[in-house]
Amino acid sequence: MNQPPAIQVSRLTYHYGRRRALDDLSLSVAQGEIFAFLGPNGGGKTTLFRLLSTLIPLQQGEVQILSHDLRCASDAVRSLIGVVFQAPSLDKKLSVAENLRHQGHLYGLSGDNLRVRSAHMLDRLGLADRSRDRVETLSGGLRRRVELAKGMLHSPRLLLLDEPSTGLDPAARSDLWNYLRSVRDQQGVTVVLTTHLLEEAEKADRIAILHEGQRVALDTPDALRATVGGDSITIQTAEPARLAADIAERFNVEPLVLDGSVRLEQAAGHEWIVRLVEAFPQQIESVTLGKPTLEDVFIARTGHRFWQEPSPDALPSGTR
Amino acid sequence: MAQLAIENARTAAAAPAIAPRPWLAAASLTQREWVRFIRQRNRVVGAIGQPIIFWLLFGAGLGPTFRLGVDGAAGMSYREYFFPGSLILILLFTAIFATISVIEDRREGFLQSVLVAPIPRWSMVLGKVVGGSMIAIVEGLLFLALGLTLGIQFSVPMLLAIVLLLALISLALTSLGFLIAWRMDSTQGFHAIMSVFLMPMWLLSGAFFPPPPMEPGMSWISWGLSLAMQLNPLTYGVAALRRLLYLNVADAQLPLDTPQLATCWIVTLVFAAVMFLMACKIADQRTTGDML
Repeated sequence: MNQPPAIQVSRLTYHYGRRRALDDLSLSVAQGEIFAFLGPNGGGKTTLFRLLSTLIPLQQGEVQILSHDLRCASDAVRSLIGVVFQAPSLDKKLSVAENLRHQGHLYGLSGDNLRVRSAHMLDRLGLADRSRDRVETLSGGLRRRVELAKGMLHSPRLLLLDEPSTGLDPAARSDLWNYLRSVRDQQGVTVVLTTHLLEEAEKADRIAILHEGQRVALDTPDALRATVGGDSITIQTAEPARLAADIAERFNVEPLVLDGSVRLEQAAGHEWIVRLVEAFPQQIESVTLGKPTLEDVFIARTGHRFWQEPSPDALPSGTR
Repeated sequence: MAQLAIENARTAAAAPAIAPRPWLAAASLTQREWVRFIRQRNRVVGAIGQPIIFWLLFGAGLGPTFRLGVDGAAGMSYREYFFPGSLILILLFTAIFATISVIEDRREGFLQSVLVAPIPRWSMVLGKVVGGSMIAIVEGLLFLALGLTLGIQFSVPMLLAIVLLLALISLALTSLGFLIAWRMDSTQGFHAIMSVFLMPMWLLSGAFFPPPPMEPGMSWISWGLSLAMQLNPLTYGVAALRRLLYLNVADAQLPLDTPQLATCWIVTLVFAAVMFLMACKIADQRTTGDML
């Protein structure tokens, strides 16, 4: 197994004007992996996606995709990658089959080859009976499937997806992941996706967590969780800063104050709860104990909550 | 069938890369323009309806006061004079509608998958402007049939020359529209440009009125107007069309300083080539502005 990596990123930096979106990022994705870039919005993953998909040119640093230099061989790279954008890329006035035909032509496919591939993709994604329908008449979930069919039509070796679960219901998400696993298993396609959903990143083989343009973690989900010191204890209190200081003084530990609650990571968390509640019976309103999640990994590496603002998508920490 | 497809897919996956076919891509994008045009019928009405109304109304309204030439004895009616200008207006409107769709393609997202496809950018520009130009030519020819009411006698060589001329002018106008629309994020912005730039360009092309004759003692306004009209490349397209149309009409005397046919062809060809190359050049620059 001496295959070159699917993606090799070295010292990648990217600026929008004065704002730095990617900061000296290096990593490598092996062929046949399902790899997720996880991060909050603004963490740099969309910029990275645009660079990898050749939408925007490199500024500083090097990227190799399947041994091709992104800087000089972007046409070679383009024919090897399939791209599924977060924003829709279908022509709504055209039918599903027409969209695929134009896509095929853009990738140099034509004639019987194109027809057979289109039929195969439509069949595989359960779109065969909708192929003559205009895209504007399809539901959001079906449109995402057409996007996938478009991205995979020319049998790319690397499939890039930007926030692929956006707008999908749980059943459709599950279908998407089944499909991604099957193209990886059957065709050896490397799958690289960006996501801001912790539970989606859990499904990947490996995860890179991006924060403020930097890689703060890179490993399998299990290994990442194992790096967090133990259980996480979240304490609700009226005066979090004061309680954190008191806990620090009394037990010689380093609690964090996050969004009005105090957070502590310790092995054998259940014993700590007893200690804490006995020590500060007046100040503690409630305590929750949780096993480490990817959010805990994120907090441990950055000192921030994954979500700076409350969001309906966020997993409440420490409740699992 | 499915088995075959999987085999095909596997062989393709093993192959190093798919050869890019820019001409195929351009032809495909041209065809897409057609299909979209046919499916949005209001575009047909918009592009051809307004010039016909203009032609009829202005022809009727300005006809009585319009005089060509100094003595006013010979010359053409205003309906005859305005006819080629109206046809050019149809090309202009169609070009505008065609290139506004670049803004829609970008906003609706279709463009992003074209931008990451393994094709050179000129192929995308070619597909877009040829698609728009073909639509413009067809609409122009429909309008041309109204010329029968003016007693214009069409011959095959003349029609071929007209089609070629319309193709060049359309290519120039769609490329110009592309150039303007490429970096725009809203169709409103394009409408503003259309009012202050594209419509005046048409008005100053001799389509609507002939340039004031250059003569001693003319006012500086007339002099400026005349100069602007001589510098406007579209003037030569209108003049060429006028010359081709009235080649065989003996009593339709042209305005005195209509440029010679050869000059008109050369200027129009250069206009189209320069606009197309500029459109390719601007589309070739990858910037962060490629996404919205």
